[in-house]
Amino acid sequence: MCKTSETILNLDIMVPSQTRYLRLIGNIAEQLAKHLDGEKSDRETLAYHLNLVVTEAVTNAIQYGCANDRKDKIRILLSIENSDLCVRVYDYGQGFDFEAVPIPDIDELSERGRGIFFIRSLMDHVEYRKTESGNVLEMKKRLT
Amino acid sequence: MKLVTEQRDGRTVLMVKEGRLDAHNSGELKDRILKLFEEGGRDLVVDLGDVQFIDSSGLGALLSGHKNAIQRSTGFALAGLQPRVKAMFELTRLQRVFEIYPGLREALDV
Repeated sequence: MCKTSETILNLDIMVPSQTRYLRLIGNIAEQLAKHLDGEKSDRETLAYHLNLVVTEAVTNAIQYGCANDRKDKIRILLSIENSDLCVRVYDYGQGFDFEAVPIPDIDELSERGRGIFFIRSLMDHVEYRKTESGNVLEMKKRLT
Repeated sequence: MKLVTEQRDGRTVLMVKEGRLDAHNSGELKDRILKLFEEGGRDLVVDLGDVQFIDSSGLGALLSGHKNAIQRSTGFALAGLQPRVKAMFELTRLQRVFEIYPGLREALDV
């Protein structure tokens, strides 16, 4: 879990649970990564990866989040905490068994199942859990 | 979603005139590819030169086209992958599945 003691930057975003907002959220994440210090080429790559994992996580939340009074909203928290870039995507549905999502089999050519694979491959720490404020998919990337 | 279809050298070319393929528009791409095959399109080439971003649903739409082509015993090729898009094919090892060409010209020269 990301520590909260040294939060340098915090973006708290709420969007309707609709795929038309994927571009906006992905672009915000991408711009955040480009704003960081460091080698330009590294930041460009990180920016693409962050756009991708946020897009995948929000898509997942739209598909699996289907609950009560907040069912039509997805909350995205982007932050820099200590030396980590943290992304938390909340949904308010019944959630799913994150650990049970298999690694896609190249021979099966399934059209689905690569979103979680991207997230696991491109981020340093990934955790999915239920909290009082909904299910949260938490992803962390070390910046140093 | 802007998709342009042309006949070139006896082949069907589908040009994806979008910078981004994600869960919002990949279903439309999947449906268009299927429709082209259903209308008798053969040896389809999908030009991805304008696509700067692709997610898992975009890859899924293209895989659907690939599988459809196999079922119909016809060709299905991709052209013009931008470096970061190509990297996503490599990460998922799908570059070994698809017929991929640097550009549309190379795809049509085959």
